[in-house]
Amino acid sequence: MSAPVLVAGRARPQRRRRRGRSPWLHVVMVPLTLAWVSPILFVLMIALRSFDDIAGRGLGALPASLTLDGFVGAFAGGGLLVALGNSLLVTAAGVVASLALSSWAAYALSRYRIPGRKAVLLVMLAGNLLPPQILLVPVAQITQSIGIYDTLFALTLVQVGFGIGFYTFVLHGFMRGLPEEMFEAARLDGAGAARIYAQLVLPLSRPSLAALAALATTWIFNDLIWALTVLRSETKFPITAALLNLQGGYSSQWNVIAAASLVAAVPTAVVFFIFQKQFVSGLLVGSNK
Amino acid sequence: MVWLFLAIPLAVELAWVFWPAANSFSLAFTRWNGIGAAEPVGTQNFVDLASDPIFRTALTNNVIWVVGFGGLSVLGGLALAVALNKPGRGIGLYRSAIYLPMVVSMAVTGLFWRVMYQPGGPISAGLDVLGLGSLERQWLADPDLALYAVLVAGIWRQVGYIMVLYLAGLKGCDASLEEAASVDGASSWQTFWHVVMPQLKGVNMVVFAVTVIDSLRTFDLVWAMTRGGPFNSTQLLSTYMFEQAFTAGNLGYASAIAVVIFVLAIGFIITYLARQARAED
Repeated sequence: MSAPVLVAGRARPQRRRRRGRSPWLHVVMVPLTLAWVSPILFVLMIALRSFDDIAGRGLGALPASLTLDGFVGAFAGGGLLVALGNSLLVTAAGVVASLALSSWAAYALSRYRIPGRKAVLLVMLAGNLLPPQILLVPVAQITQSIGIYDTLFALTLVQVGFGIGFYTFVLHGFMRGLPEEMFEAARLDGAGAARIYAQLVLPLSRPSLAALAALATTWIFNDLIWALTVLRSETKFPITAALLNLQGGYSSQWNVIAAASLVAAVPTAVVFFIFQKQFVSGLLVGSNK
Repeated sequence: MVWLFLAIPLAVELAWVFWPAANSFSLAFTRWNGIGAAEPVGTQNFVDLASDPIFRTALTNNVIWVVGFGGLSVLGGLALAVALNKPGRGIGLYRSAIYLPMVVSMAVTGLFWRVMYQPGGPISAGLDVLGLGSLERQWLADPDLALYAVLVAGIWRQVGYIMVLYLAGLKGCDASLEEAASVDGASSWQTFWHVVMPQLKGVNMVVFAVTVIDSLRTFDLVWAMTRGGPFNSTQLLSTYMFEQAFTAGNLGYASAIAVVIFVLAIGFIITYLARQARAED
C-alpha cells in the first residue's frame, strides 16, 4: 500500500511551447514503455501455456501453443473463487463504510464550529500515516478478545478504522469549499443537520467521493498485511493472501500461479481503466486548491 | 446531533488505531507469548535488539531500501514526469504504461517478479538472447543479490506513483518563467535546475516524506517474494517484526521492533502533517 498523499500545487493555465519536440523522446520512450509492461506480458504468456510446454521448453520460451489450462487449474477446487468473493465482499463493505463514516466526520468538522477541529482533523490524518506494524499485535489481540478474530467482519472493521483519517481529511478539504449560502437557505427552510447532510452535502461531494472510492477500492482489495493479521482460516482469505498459499502448493506449476496472479490483478485493473481519471485525481486529491 | 456525526467515526479510529498503537508501546516493555499475563522486562527487548544480528541486517536493509527504492523511484519518476509533461503524440500511452503497475497489488507484483526471476525464466532467457548468459544468477536464492532483485520489483511499481505526483507539481509551475529563461539563452538543464526545481519545492517535500514512510511500511512485496530469506538476507524491519510476532510468537519483542519503526517514521509523519496543516490555512 502506498501512503496517501496530498500535493498542494496550483494549476495554472499552460501556454504551449513553440519549440518542436525532439524525436529522441520516442526513441527512448518506446523501448522503455515496452520494458515496463513486459513483466505483465510475460506473465500473461506463461499463464496461457500448458504445463508440458513449460516443463519441456523452459519458462523463458515463447509459447508453442495457447491454452487456458492455467486458468482452469487456478480455479480448480474453487478456492480461488472463494478468495475472490471474500476480497470483493470486504472491499465493497469497506469502501462504503469508510466513505460513509468519514463523510460524517468531514461534514461535522467542515460545516460546524467544533472547538479544536483543526487539531482533531490532523490527529485523524496522523492515524492513517502510522506504520501499520505498530498496530498489528494489539489489533490481533483485540479481535480475539471480542470474539471476531478470523472473520471478514474484523478485516473490514480494521480497514475502515485505518482508512478513515485520510478520507476525512480529503473530504473536509472539499466540503469546506461548498458555498455557505446554500446551507443558510437550507437552514431557513427548516432542514436539520441530518437532512442537510443527506440532501445537500452528499450529492455535492460526489466527485471527491468517487475519487476516494476508486483509491480505497485498490487499497482494500490489494491489502495483504491486515488479512494475515486478523485471519487464520484459508477459506476466509482474500485473494492476495490466498495467492501466496497457492504458490506454496503449486510451486512448479508456473502457468497456474501466473494465471491466478492475473485473476487477482484484474479487478483493480478494471477499476483503474474505467475510473482512470478519478483514480489519478484520487492520488492527487487536494492538489487543486 | 452534529456531535454524533463526528463522534462515531472518531470512536472507530480511536478503537482501531490509537488504542492499539498505545498498546504496542506498553507491550514493547514486556515479554509475552500471547497466552497468560505479559511479564514486564523493562528495556530488555531493546537491549536484545541492539545485539540481534537479524535486526541489524533488517535495519541495514531498510536503509538500503529507503535509498534504493526511494531514491531511484524519485529520480525515475521525476525524469519521466519532465519528459512526459507536455501533451503530444503517444504521451498518454507512455504515461498509462508507466503507472499501470500501480494498480497491481504489491503481493501480485511479487508473484509476477518471482516468475520473471525463475531460473530459465524470462530474465534469464532475455540475457541469453542478448548474449549475456554469463550474467545469469539465481536472483532470489542468492543472499547477496536477493534484496536488489526485490528492489527492482518495488521500483517498477513505485515510479508511476511518483511520476503522477510530479506531473501534478509541474502543472502548477509557471510556464512563462521557463519561456523567459529560454529566451535569455538558458540551456534546458539550467532552466530545469534553476527555474523548475525551485517551484517543485513543495512537491519534493511531500514526495520525500511519503517515500520514507512507504519504505518503512514495505512488507507485502518482500513477504510475497522471499519472506525475508534466503538466510534473512532480505529481511526488512516490517517483515522481521511480523515474523517475530506471528511466526515465533514473541509479541513483546515484535512490539519493540514496531516501536523502532514508529520512531524512525515519526519525524517524516510530522513533516508531512505540518505541510498539510499549512495548506489547510
